[in-house]
Amino acid sequence: MIGSAVPRKEDAALLTGRGTFVDDIHRPGLLHMVYVHSTEAHALISGIDAEEARSLPGVLGVWTARDFAGLPPRPSVPGLERGYLAGDKVHYVGEPVAVVVAADRYTAADAARAVRVAYEPLPVMATVADALAPDAVPIFAPLPGNLALEQQVTPDDVTADLEAAPNRLRARLVNQRCAGTPIEPYGVLADWAGAGPTVWATVQAPHRVRAEIAERFGLARHLVRVIAPDVGGAFGVKSSFMPELFLAPELSRRLGRPVKYVETRGEHMVHTYHGRDQVQDVEVGFDAEGRVLALDVTITVNVGGVPDPVGIGLATLTSYMLGGCYRIPKIAARFRSVVTNTTPTASYRGAGRPEASFLIERVVDLVARELGKDPADVRKVNLIQPDEMPYQTPFEGIVYDEADYPAALDLLLGELDYAGLRAEQARRLADPAAPLLGVGLSTFVEMGGFGPTPLFEQFGYLGGWESANVRLQPDGSVIVLVGTAPHGQGHQTALAQIAADQLNVPFEAISVLYGDTAVVQEGTGTMGSRGMPVAGNAVRQAAAEVAAKARTIAAHMLEADADDVVPIGDGFQVNGAPEATVTLAAVAERAFKPHLLPEGTVLGLENTAYFEPKNLSYPSGAHGCVVEIDRDTGRVSILRYVCVDDCGTVINPLTARGQIHGGVAQGIAQALYEKVTFDGDGRPLAASLEDYMVPGPLDLPPYETHHIETKSSFNPLGAKGLGEAGATAAPQAVVNAVVDALAHLGVRDVEMPCTPERVWKVMHDAS
Amino acid sequence: MIPAAFSYVRAGSVEEALDELSRHGGAARLLAGGHSLLPAMKLRRAEPGVLIDIGRLRELSYVRADGDRIAVGALTSHRTLERDPVVAEQVPLLAAAARRIGDQQVRNRGTIGGSLAHADPAADLAGAVLALDGVLVARGPSGVREIPAREFFTGRCRNALAAAELLTEIRLPAAPGRSYAFEKFSRRALDWAVVGVAAQERPGGGVAVALIGMGPTPVRATAVEEALAAGTPAAEAARLAAQGCEPPDNAVASASYRAHLAEVLVTRAMAAL
Ligand SMILES: Cc1cc2nc3c(=O)[nH]c(=O)nc-3n(C[C@H](O)[C@H](O)[C@H](O)COP(=O)(O)OP(=O)(O)OC[C@H]3O[C@@H](n4cnc5c(N)ncnc54)[C@H](O)[C@@H]3O)c2cc1C
Repeated sequence: MIGSAVPRKEDAALLTGRGTFVDDIHRPGLLHMVYVHSTEAHALISGIDAEEARSLPGVLGVWTARDFAGLPPRPSVPGLERGYLAGDKVHYVGEPVAVVVAADRYTAADAARAVRVAYEPLPVMATVADALAPDAVPIFAPLPGNLALEQQVTPDDVTADLEAAPNRLRARLVNQRCAGTPIEPYGVLADWAGAGPTVWATVQAPHRVRAEIAERFGLARHLVRVIAPDVGGAFGVKSSFMPELFLAPELSRRLGRPVKYVETRGEHMVHTYHGRDQVQDVEVGFDAEGRVLALDVTITVNVGGVPDPVGIGLATLTSYMLGGCYRIPKIAARFRSVVTNTTPTASYRGAGRPEASFLIERVVDLVARELGKDPADVRKVNLIQPDEMPYQTPFEGIVYDEADYPAALDLLLGELDYAGLRAEQARRLADPAAPLLGVGLSTFVEMGGFGPTPLFEQFGYLGGWESANVRLQPDGSVIVLVGTAPHGQGHQTALAQIAADQLNVPFEAISVLYGDTAVVQEGTGTMGSRGMPVAGNAVRQAAAEVAAKARTIAAHMLEADADDVVPIGDGFQVNGAPEATVTLAAVAERAFKPHLLPEGTVLGLENTAYFEPKNLSYPSGAHGCVVEIDRDTGRVSILRYVCVDDCGTVINPLTARGQIHGGVAQGIAQALYEKVTFDGDGRPLAASLEDYMVPGPLDLPPYETHHIETKSSFNPLGAKGLGEAGATAAPQAVVNAVVDALAHLGVRDVEMPCTPERVWKVMHDAS
Repeated sequence: MIPAAFSYVRAGSVEEALDELSRHGGAARLLAGGHSLLPAMKLRRAEPGVLIDIGRLRELSYVRADGDRIAVGALTSHRTLERDPVVAEQVPLLAAAARRIGDQQVRNRGTIGGSLAHADPAADLAGAVLALDGVLVARGPSGVREIPAREFFTGRCRNALAAAELLTEIRLPAAPGRSYAFEKFSRRALDWAVVGVAAQERPGGGVAVALIGMGPTPVRATAVEEALAAGTPAAEAARLAAQGCEPPDNAVASASYRAHLAEVLVTRAMAAL
């Protein structure tokens, strides 16, 4: 089954509207929680008047920060503890200031509007520049200033290397702030019945959430049940510990009734954490062939008003991946995480790695341009060769697994008809009536398969392994329990394919369950492209154990030696004796009959495996984009988008393509459409989907997808992960194409998003 | 995304709707396709106390040829305008504009009366009706009156209707065989216009040019029209597109880019005529 494009088990329910999302779940006596969000970016709270709100019929109460003073703070960087609601002051527009609970959502919304918060304005610092200015005042109280973290990631100093390099150039690159905008926003339903709460939530790591809830409430973990039902997209933004994860259970405990919170789209745009938002100052030294000799990078990250423990250190991952797929001997990297009066930033699809890939891929293009060389040629002289794998990067512990970067690039150039495109580009340049043509390349590598444990612990997880329990039912059908919590990836399908191969049972006879801490053994979760490289291997390992035991029982039933028993169609056969067969169903039933089994056989056919990867995996590939630019309006149209991906073993080509399509769509969105913006007063300017430009299907090109499969030696399946590859590869493929189309005008850079107006201005200013 | 409380009545006839409007005064709003009003309510930009649903008044959904005029009922959907044979033959500009509105769901629900009454400065149909020299028919407690499209849009999302008036019909001079063009520039394929141009060769001669997204209301590009009438070449006339406009300067587009777009789109519209 591995490698076959079976349709997804998930789709029948989801496509007919029969999925179960948090907002679909109803409990008797359900109450609704709504936030009062800050309307100010930076202000002292001088008073909260909730009298009118409390008096509305149907309102059960209004609570402010003081009412939760007894609850230990949210998971935070030690020393930078975050509460649940704004206390004395607000740090950004959208920060929760109070919470209202009412019998229905309409009343709750009315009551939230009736709460009057008095603010005493403080100076607003909505940009990094303002927050670091000499007259800036500290925003987040535990910090003496707005520089939350300054880290030297490598001890290297490359000043001498840069000075010695035959050529050098500098660039400032901007990776703008994006919003996750999953179709389903954040939601929590908590029902504290009995000794502890059951919490349905749109999360990516239910066991971790269970641990954090249990810790806050001083409960043993078995008393807390966390369920992630169908989750309508997450993209990393559902891995942050939003206050509602704890407030809903706490209010359910106090009120003795279930409490539901479901974010509105408008709230999502200001309340759920954003991603990216880096400014990168780069200096690169290179020789006449374009070989990169040294790279010096300073990254400045806008972490928003209340630093998130993941967001504050995310640029570490950016730093690790700065070398891309190139043999760069020396890299010096440092980053600064800066507090501003904006929504906090944290993980968003790729979480730190797309920013690195963008940087190095733009830099390689700049080097090519500076030398008057073709960007493809400059890539070729720098690419790490397959015989250098595994490749130790300049960063300790960051070792790339097997891949063939040059083969990916060659395949891409062939599929693009690169030479043909260059000729067409020249032809159009000579014809003032023809739209400009640009070709952009992105040879990328990213980091997947998160673990292993020593790394993943640093993000607060119990481990970097993943777990699977494979259990044969007495009729030979199979239930797999897996510790991931997918939200669109299709684990029911891909993991069933892996189990089917090991167990020799039909794909249809396998159900994969996940997302419920009362059902699934300890698990880690879904993030960091870890589904196939980590959970896939856990399923494989557990299934292999079960298959081995089934074979032993079959041998007993066939009165043969286990070594002589071979799997056939729907069961086992004694080698060379076609009539001596037994079905798997018979074996499975036998596994529950102690009196018919050899003495000492453990009953049942099941196994739980915890798979710890040797290291991270490194999905890679080469993407190419062909754009056309309207000379009159600056509009960029994507004519072709070609992907070559190497995610190691492809479990299901259909779902793999789905991951690439979605990831590339988000990458194109970042390149051309999306940006979270604030005005000088820190007021969001793109707080609805009318203003925040999520592209639709008609705005996106058809994708041409190709794979090369270089198996990773870091895990037995040879899988590397794929969830974030598209979003990592695409932005610079598009931007490189846009800049390429304008290069004849002397244009070196176009900041993302390359909107028609921005491109038009760049063209206008250049000519 | 959660509207304030409101009460709801469904009007069984135009008279009933008018009665309800008079009864509730300023607190009431008519509900047609709901595709501008309901989003506004969900965002709490509008908090009407009463909704008077006229969505089922089939008698206001029609397209009729009436001599040299085409009469379109206020509740005619965008989708109908897109596909109606009379529209296609007599006022094809209207179909061209309707086709560019939102997505099919929006076009199925949204109505011409709702779009015009909502008076969004970037509404596609407003541009078309303005270029077609349409006349809007309003019914109120004191009877029926006609309002020329040029006088109908009084400000950003403001119109010339009195509180208790209802739009019943849009009358358009038939322009069979006359050339027309509708050029819309939007950030996304299914999106509001940043700037749009509706151009119509008039039955009596000359060209009418209307702009959307170039000010608080849709406007006629009078300078362009006059230049064209005086025989100025189209490309030169197009340079006057933004003359007299006060285009919005916001996150969607700057005023200067809009002015540039107006010129580009007028040029393209002229070339398409
Ligand atoms: C996703 C989306 C995309 C859209 N994209 C576009 C686009 O690209 N281009 C575009 O032009 N529009 C677009 N629209 C708006 C759409 O065209 C609306 O349908 C239209 O603006 C309003 O028509 P309605 O019938 O839905 O009016 P309603 O929303 O019901 O009413 C709008 C206003 O008009 C008043 N009103 C309605 N009928 C009458 C009447 N007969 N007499 C007096 N007052 C009346 C109402 O009281 C209300 O104030 C979009 C809407 C959505 C939701």
